[in-house]
Amino acid sequence: MSGISVDKIKCIGCGLCVKACPFGAITLVDKKAVIDLDKCTLCGSCVETCNKVHAIEIVRESTQTPDIEKYKGVWVYAEQRKGVVQSVTYELLGKARELADKLNVEVGCVLLGSNVKDKAQELVARGADIVYVVDDPKLEHFLDEPYARIVSNLVRKHRPEILLSPATSIGRSVISRVAVQLRVGLTADCTALDVDPNERFLMQTRPAFGGNIMATILSKNHRPQLSTVRHKVMKEAVADSSRQGRIEVLEFDRSFFASRTKVLQVINEVTSTVNIAEANIIVSGGRALGNSENFKILEDLAKVLNGAVGASRAAIDEGWIPYSHQVGQTGKTVCPNIYIACGISGQIQHLVGMQSSDVIIAINRDPSAPIFNVASYGIVGDLFEVVPLLTKRFEEVLK
Amino acid sequence: MNIIVCIKQVPDTAEVKIDPVTKNLVREGVKSMINPFDMYAIEEGIRLKEKFGGKVVVLTMGPPQADAILREAVSLGCDEAVLVSDRAFAGSDTLATSYTLSKAVEKIKEYDLVICGKQAIDGDTAQVGPGIAAMLDIPQITYVRKIEEIVDGNITAERVTEDGYEVVQTKLPCLLTVVKEINHPRLPSLKGKMKAKSVVIQVWKAADIGAEESRIGLKGSPTWVLNVFTPSPREKGKIFEGEAKEAVDKLVDSLKGLIY
Amino acid sequence: MLDYLLTEEQKMIRDLARQITDEKIRPVAAEYDKSHKFPWDVMKVMAKADLFGVYIDEKYGGMGGGVFELCLATEEFSKGCAGIAICYSASALGAYPIILHGSEEQKMKYLPAIAKGEKLAAFGLTEPGAGSDASAIATTAEKKGDHYILNGVKHFITNGGDAEIYTIIAMTDKSKGARGASLFVVEKGTPGFSFGKKEEKLGICASSTRELIFDNCKIPKENLIGREGTGFIAAMRTFDMSRPGIGAQAVGIAQGALDEAVKYAKQRKQFGKSISSFQGIQWMLADMATETEAARALVYASAREVNAGVKDVGMHSAMAKLFASDVAMKVTTDAVQVFGGYGYMKEYPAEKYMRDAKITQIYEGTNQIQRNIIGMALIKESAK
Repeated sequence: MSGISVDKIKCIGCGLCVKACPFGAITLVDKKAVIDLDKCTLCGSCVETCNKVHAIEIVRESTQTPDIEKYKGVWVYAEQRKGVVQSVTYELLGKARELADKLNVEVGCVLLGSNVKDKAQELVARGADIVYVVDDPKLEHFLDEPYARIVSNLVRKHRPEILLSPATSIGRSVISRVAVQLRVGLTADCTALDVDPNERFLMQTRPAFGGNIMATILSKNHRPQLSTVRHKVMKEAVADSSRQGRIEVLEFDRSFFASRTKVLQVINEVTSTVNIAEANIIVSGGRALGNSENFKILEDLAKVLNGAVGASRAAIDEGWIPYSHQVGQTGKTVCPNIYIACGISGQIQHLVGMQSSDVIIAINRDPSAPIFNVASYGIVGDLFEVVPLLTKRFEEVLK
Repeated sequence: MNIIVCIKQVPDTAEVKIDPVTKNLVREGVKSMINPFDMYAIEEGIRLKEKFGGKVVVLTMGPPQADAILREAVSLGCDEAVLVSDRAFAGSDTLATSYTLSKAVEKIKEYDLVICGKQAIDGDTAQVGPGIAAMLDIPQITYVRKIEEIVDGNITAERVTEDGYEVVQTKLPCLLTVVKEINHPRLPSLKGKMKAKSVVIQVWKAADIGAEESRIGLKGSPTWVLNVFTPSPREKGKIFEGEAKEAVDKLVDSLKGLIY
Repeated sequence: MLDYLLTEEQKMIRDLARQITDEKIRPVAAEYDKSHKFPWDVMKVMAKADLFGVYIDEKYGGMGGGVFELCLATEEFSKGCAGIAICYSASALGAYPIILHGSEEQKMKYLPAIAKGEKLAAFGLTEPGAGSDASAIATTAEKKGDHYILNGVKHFITNGGDAEIYTIIAMTDKSKGARGASLFVVEKGTPGFSFGKKEEKLGICASSTRELIFDNCKIPKENLIGREGTGFIAAMRTFDMSRPGIGAQAVGIAQGALDEAVKYAKQRKQFGKSISSFQGIQWMLADMATETEAARALVYASAREVNAGVKDVGMHSAMAKLFASDVAMKVTTDAVQVFGGYGYMKEYPAEKYMRDAKITQIYEGTNQIQRNIIGMALIKESAK
């Protein structure tokens, strides 16, 4: 029977589990842990705390994918937009190659789109052993239904044990549907992946609570193991044009391309700066900027550094800059190489969106602003004075 | 137009703190709230109802205490509330949750739209919305920032992409996940609060929605958490004070090799 | 805060008003204080939340409460910005003469729009030559057939120019002094009714204060509230009931300033520790908190007395207004002191509370007049 139980003999009544339970489901009765099953969500926090005496156990009686041992290979869903394979795909290929080598299997790649055949060779160069290409005018725009249907079909046919997809708006939409169609698990937004070569488990590590905690997720009994992976956390595979691989261009029955949804228009919002999710350097501003015109000084700095402009929620709510620039809990989560926070105090809602950046630079008048707690470097000063000086100095050194 | 809005109870992150000694998340005494993204889903549902008539049913899966967020949704203008709650659901991952919610949606039966927030702030998975759509086999439009029109059983909406947005059209019934840009959520009204106090919340157990035992809770969840850990804290940074010019020079010097 | 054993509905009103204050008032308070613009966006939020109707009978589209409910909302709003709060509560002041003395037709005609917050109301008594001495009113209303013709000037009218519905005191028979005063409803847009310039004030800058100018303003005789000659009594009864509202505003200002002072005292470090660890500061904060709570208790008690329909509430409501406003002035002054030099700077919130507090000692009867009312009542009581 699935569920949680406390071994009354092993339990020493230390109370660690009581503290660890996020749902207040555990109490001590006669110096033994008692779990209120109405409150327990089987999250496992207590099991982990009880790692000395192992008195708490969660038993999982799970279903299993039939012929699980027949699933072999590490696949990557190759994301293309407007016919251009996105760099995140190469990041995933780098990781897939590493995992496949540990498992001693092949790297497969699924490329869907219109006029994308000639892009398959590049995927081979970046590490794929086999590329499944479905090239059809009906796949010109991303559409959830045909894309998911085709990916699910390919998986059923070829049985990879792992499928990685970028955690982009496309990846997150299509793979969620695929997971349901295949009735397998999916772990979103992974930042680290590893395999156990013997057990062949994929250990998927992802941040939760906006990066305040990390969790490692397993999907032992189901194949394939699905993960979406964040942009810019894995290293891009280096192209090797001498690599050999197979390219299979597949034909599908018309019914596979049916879609109740159609794309009427694609609009690229031309901004002076690049997409913050993909930027290597982000210059961000908050309420201290005072108005939308003052964002100009951040744009100047971003331009010199070839970076993007971000903003805290306060600046978005004031209408100084569009929502697409928002970093934080209700905006985007970013992890650039360098994040420059200008006049941002560092509320937790903002921090969760940017604290995994490699280097954080804070500029703030208030030396006690919480942003300095996460900053790699900081300047205590008025941003209107500091930022233009910084722009000027970078201009000089970058010459 | 009948609309189902799916919401989730999450801990208020503004209050989530890290224990300085154990480095664990202190969730004790942390208030629960409606997932912020779901507030936009609720608002959009109510606006559509105000425009087209019909009703908004708000739906959540959770422990009995999740009753509170359903009442809050009613205070904002939702008409009915359903809580799917059963011990058997404990340990559900996104697959089991998608299945459970889709069974509840099937039981509600008459609907034109299911609206979800783009993701929950505790798990950040963004999977349950598309998961429900796939279970129900209805089309979906994710990351909706604007509904342009709903005419003759077709909905046209703007979907946010990495490069801008797409104008997408699909047939009702369908599922939308919405982003913050779509609206400004309203505050409750006094009449709404009074209604919320007296509204009868329907509580459905696994058997009520006809959920298969093997597809819910732990048993229906392919993924589980192996372990949870706190990322190592960032090293204490270097803070430059004093003359701006000097501080800037020192900072830029420190970044040598990183930027130039 | 003491547990005042509020009903479920009263708690809802308080919580909702608090939420509006935190989310919609605090973020804009400083801006309105500076721009002196009328806070229409906040008024709309309050209206949508049904809060303009908390003191109006359900029959007229309200929520069925009374002065106490009005006080709960006003107090919460005032914690965020007393200027915005007064725009809200001044509408109630304008509506009360209709509630207390209006005919059924007048109530049906005016109250639903006020309860929904679609229209704001205002009360017009004060004139350049008639402040505390309300019997010196010079504005006249002359009956001509089916109409009254109004002439004269009201000044310092809160919500003047922004409200749609005005209740106005004018003399129908000057020879009778105070007993010759009558009460009328005048709607914005009536020919002959115009507004003077917006006053520049020390505090409550978000609210509008203007002159009302009546120049042969012709209104139908149906706009007379009650009978001719009852205007002065009606005005005094209105004030008896509205004074706890000013008390609530004062309590809100004091509490808002106290909260800021406590927060700042914990943050501010001098001599290597938070200033809140110094007993000198702790004692100041303790006095501020105690006085604020005492003021709240008195305001609530008097508002509840009004709600309960007690016949003569004048003395107690005067005490509530007097005490609470004096407390607000003292507590806000002390809050500025706790902030030290920062308290004097507009960039910090303390000084605004102090500026806003001052008016509560002046309007709806100066505190000297309140003492007169209390004193007179005492003497009257002892003569019984």
